[in-house]
Amino acid sequence: MSDSTLADRSASAQETPRRARVSHGTLEPSRGGAASSPDTPEGPISTANTAQGEPASTPVRRPGDRVFRGAAVGSGAFIVVLIAAIGLFLLLQAVPALRANQVGFLTSGVWNTTDPNGLQFGILYLLWVTVATSVLALALAMPVSLGIALFLTHYAPRRLARPFAYVVDLLAAVPSIIFGLWGIKVLGPTLVPVAEWLSRNLGFVPLFAPGNVSIGGAGNVFTAGVVLAVMILPVITAVSREVFERTPKEHIEGALALGATKWEMVRTTVIPFGKAGYVSASMLGLGRALGETVALYLILSGTNAAPKLSFFDGGATIASKIALGSGEFNNELTAGAYIAAGLVLFALTFAVNALARTIVAGRKGSA
Amino acid sequence: MAKRIDIKDVNIYYGKFHAVDSVTLSVPPRSVTAFIGPSGCGKSTVLRSLNRMHEVTPGARVEGQVLLDGEDIYAANVDPVEVRRTIGMVFQRPNPFPTMSIRDNVVAGLRLAGVKNRKRLDEVCERSLRGANLWEEVKDRLDKPGGGLSGGQQQRLCIARAIAVQPDVLLMDEPCSALDPISTLAIEDLITELKQDYTIVIVTHNMQQAARVSDQTAFFNLAGVGQPGRLVEVDDTEKIFSNPSQKATEDYISGRFG
Ligand SMILES: Nc1ncnc2c1ncn2[C@@H]1O[C@H](COP(=O)(O)OP(=O)(O)OP(=O)(O)O)[C@@H](O)[C@H]1O
Ligand SMILES: [Mg+2]
Repeated sequence: MSDSTLADRSASAQETPRRARVSHGTLEPSRGGAASSPDTPEGPISTANTAQGEPASTPVRRPGDRVFRGAAVGSGAFIVVLIAAIGLFLLLQAVPALRANQVGFLTSGVWNTTDPNGLQFGILYLLWVTVATSVLALALAMPVSLGIALFLTHYAPRRLARPFAYVVDLLAAVPSIIFGLWGIKVLGPTLVPVAEWLSRNLGFVPLFAPGNVSIGGAGNVFTAGVVLAVMILPVITAVSREVFERTPKEHIEGALALGATKWEMVRTTVIPFGKAGYVSASMLGLGRALGETVALYLILSGTNAAPKLSFFDGGATIASKIALGSGEFNNELTAGAYIAAGLVLFALTFAVNALARTIVAGRKGSA
Repeated sequence: MAKRIDIKDVNIYYGKFHAVDSVTLSVPPRSVTAFIGPSGCGKSTVLRSLNRMHEVTPGARVEGQVLLDGEDIYAANVDPVEVRRTIGMVFQRPNPFPTMSIRDNVVAGLRLAGVKNRKRLDEVCERSLRGANLWEEVKDRLDKPGGGLSGGQQQRLCIARAIAVQPDVLLMDEPCSALDPISTLAIEDLITELKQDYTIVIVTHNMQQAARVSDQTAFFNLAGVGQPGRLVEVDDTEKIFSNPSQKATEDYISGRFG
């Protein structure tokens, strides 16, 4: 669900106008329509009723305009209502369980929901694993994406750039379950020596200390983070590539004319120009990583002990915990506990997406 | 500093398209040479071949020689980055780096060349801005972004940026076409001052401008659509505008072109 917020919203916003345009053949620029009437979201319906036989009164408004506007406002309002409804649903379902909770939801990490009459559930451990895997994924994916995007836009020969970009995009089309299988069966075992080396040599740093699960099993935050990094790489790369591509030619030539080498040109023009886009692309990737479920469900080894703040511990993320708990949903209260966890994830991804949008908007404002 | 340019039998291609046919011309040091001619005849193309800027365009290729004080800038061992450090360029649309302050814009070229000394950078910044007649207008806001200046100021900022590295040659491609008459005059005055120190080549569509600022004028023309552009004649500006030796030149400058 979480991956859907930003991408799907923009997709549907684009689709509606296109449909409206096709059905009407022409598309007039709006003539002060926005200011003239306090339209309700039910625009399309009222338009259909009054379109014929309306005298040429106040500002001329073409039917095409009205349908277009109505459809745009309608679908926009629909999305807002939908999101609010989802949030409300989660909240209402979660409240009874939160009331019955015997530990602090936000301050505890235990998760014991086998007895509906003695519910104990706290978000802390789940939150830690969720954030740790996602942030690790982001830390790994960001530099690689930056490199790939810069390579594709400014270094690769044209003949190579196109197919290579296509291959990177293809990576986004691989289903998560495949990534999960690959992660636990292939990548994880391959990474074991690296993990062992890191924990042997850097074990004094808490992040690299051994956890509750064996490093040899590979079902830890480290493996999960690397797999997530591969999964979000195409998103970050694709968006950054598009931004970098749009660096104004004048700036590029201005830098080169001063005697900049290719890298100096990239550093003085392309990167400053694309920085905000790159950061928001990364936020998009982070949003996706936070909500990823199936791959982590397969990879992470569960543990009931309090997790060490280490990359080499297992556990569950919020999303994978909810998937693991699906067998308990027949009890309303128990389900409510998982829904409360879902609510936290919802808020988290929402905040990340909002942050991404603010960064993009901030850039537009300053440019 | 100022160096002489000799263009010898230069042919320029965009992929298979032959854009400029066999141009030969010399630009003396400390002088202004104007390129005039109808749109599409290859003025910008020739100008960009003088600092190897055409190499930014995929498929663009130059044949022939361009000598800078006798040294071929297309010789095998010459680095285009070095060429562009010694031959500065000012573009049609002012293009200061938008994220940099006015000061950083001016010294961007020096920074690229590895100069770090703060005092030296400040000196060059002031000298270049004075050289570009912009100092008085911006001295109190050197830390503000370059994009916040007016178009004419931005163009003078770009000139300051170009002269900050003390190039041997300054190339200008229609530097005033986006500016109002007053800013244009300011830049023309500046060009006249700059030619004490630099060799300047300027592309312009404005005949009066060519007549006002240049010592030598080169007229380019097209034989026809799809044909390569070529140099019709090059002579003292005074002669070109009073008594050109080619009929095509006379037609063009008297507005009877086409
Ligand atoms: N990047 C390019 N790729 C392919 N062809 C080009 C490119 N740039 C210019 N040309 C072609 O080369 C020829 C010369 O173009 P050029 O830009 O040098 O003309 P110009 O004299 O500067 O014209 P203007 O006065 O309009 O600026 C034209 O036929 C143009 O279409
Ligand atoms: Mg031109």
